[in-house]
Amino acid sequence: MDVIVCVKRVPDTETRLRIGEAGTAIDPAGVKFIMSPYDEFAVEAALRTREGAGSGEVSLLSYGDTSAQETLRAGLAMGADRGVLLTGEPGMDCLATAKTLAAELEGAQAPLVLFGVKAADDDQQQVGPMVATLLGRPCATGVASFEVGDGKVTCHREVEGGVEVVDVTLPAVLTITKGAFEPRYASLKGIMAAKKKPLEQKEASAEAARLNVTKLSYPPERAAGKIVGEGADAVPELVRLLREEAHAL
Amino acid sequence: MANVLAFAEQRDGEILGAAREAVSAAFRVASGLGGDAHALLLGAPGIAAAAPELGRFGAGVVAVGEHEALGEYNPDAYAPIVADRVRSGGYGVVVFPATTLGKDLAPRVAALLDVPLASDVTELDVDGGALHVVRPIYAGKAFAHLAMNATPALVSIRPNVFQPVESPAAGTVDAFAPSVDPAAWGVRVVERKSAGEGALDVAEATIIVSGGRGMKDPSNWPLLEGLRDAIGEGVALGASRAVVDAGWRPHGEQVGQTGKTVSPKLYFAIGISGAIQHLAGMRTSKTIVAVNKDPDAPIFNVADYGIVGDLFEVVPRLTDEIKALKAKG
Repeated sequence: MDVIVCVKRVPDTETRLRIGEAGTAIDPAGVKFIMSPYDEFAVEAALRTREGAGSGEVSLLSYGDTSAQETLRAGLAMGADRGVLLTGEPGMDCLATAKTLAAELEGAQAPLVLFGVKAADDDQQQVGPMVATLLGRPCATGVASFEVGDGKVTCHREVEGGVEVVDVTLPAVLTITKGAFEPRYASLKGIMAAKKKPLEQKEASAEAARLNVTKLSYPPERAAGKIVGEGADAVPELVRLLREEAHAL
Repeated sequence: MANVLAFAEQRDGEILGAAREAVSAAFRVASGLGGDAHALLLGAPGIAAAAPELGRFGAGVVAVGEHEALGEYNPDAYAPIVADRVRSGGYGVVVFPATTLGKDLAPRVAALLDVPLASDVTELDVDGGALHVVRPIYAGKAFAHLAMNATPALVSIRPNVFQPVESPAAGTVDAFAPSVDPAAWGVRVVERKSAGEGALDVAEATIIVSGGRGMKDPSNWPLLEGLRDAIGEGVALGASRAVVDAGWRPHGEQVGQTGKTVSPKLYFAIGISGAIQHLAGMRTSKTIVAVNKDPDAPIFNVADYGIVGDLFEVVPRLTDEIKALKAKG
């Protein structure tokens, strides 16, 4: 079974970030970039789907600058078969991004298109369901596990206060959360093989952004807190403060 | 003059707090724009009874679409109806709650209407006739101020950030017959399994009790459950990435950049040292309490109140003190 996975290059989530000089983007200097962790779960889900079916191809699609080649190579090293990089500058307008991706995916034969449930940088949770809507494909979001059946895929979604099981007609778009999809490490052999796998690069169809960042700011500093005390003896004072000062209990 | 529409989420026929927050935010924005706030409520027959509740928080008109098939959320049922109402109502702004449902629904509506969406917004105001929209990025390590150049402007607002304010409006019911065509759906709900009686999602909770590696073993979690139960309603359990990665706790509980970003009224960080991606996910909490045996743990830099000590002594005492407090009323 053929699966396409859309992946994004983002700053490592453990990285401290600084706002760049222009004030509308982070300063990339010294920042380590990785494949968005949720996209890694999606790649893992695609590989398992291919393995479960016994045949098929896992293709990766990314939209970003040329450094996203590195992200695609990382996915190829995990075991994906080929990659396509649409070069351009995706911004905060997810609909513009979704249109760019949908233009590439239009006519794709793969029954499954997977996304991470969200990108670890902008965290908008939009592109997957938008692409699905633009393509006229059904879509389930926040999928923690799924089984491919006859003409449908049965998905277990993480929802508030529980799990929802939905049947989605193929061809479909799913956005993947961690759930069952702990990503595999790339083996040395996989990393070597990835260098020879096809990676196509072409210019993205540019879409006008109608939602733009005018400036970035840092989160407000939290006022210095206080150490109430040491050990269990400090608890009564803590409870008093929570009640009388913070009005939180 | 532009009217503002709020999508009012219900679950099992009950209006959610997130719906009150959305209506309240819509009312404030509508006032700034010189228009009225409307609410859109979809559900099973009988849901119209909830309309006055939305009027209480500022909805002048509550559009109610009742249908047997709308009792529970299905994106293929809901998205076209919402898009239709937005189109025909000529709204300037549409406010969704950034709940699991809202995050699933709003992007589809945006794509149907061909307008962009700002999701998980934490500031939404009108400033000199223009919308002021701010949302966290990098899980709160920075905030993006946005210019939205399309009408209607679609936003989803982060739960627990916008206070619901009572501002009584007419709440006039505008009942309409929603167009529902199950044959056209590509998504079908097979079943819903509750995580347990009263289990609350970490993203919705007003108080969160989070545990980290300092808990030492998954078998120690009853300690945190005891604290949760002592506090009462609206409390959820959270977890650090370390304990989720170790398989001690489900991913749904994970707070941080690779989990959920939360803004509860009160956040207990128990045995959590405070990795940067965890701090990013919870630093907008109103009050933060940290219990950790390491006085140099980074969590104490964001905590309002800290206790340095053994959590296995501190937490039981805390549970007892809170129980005693609640017993006194």
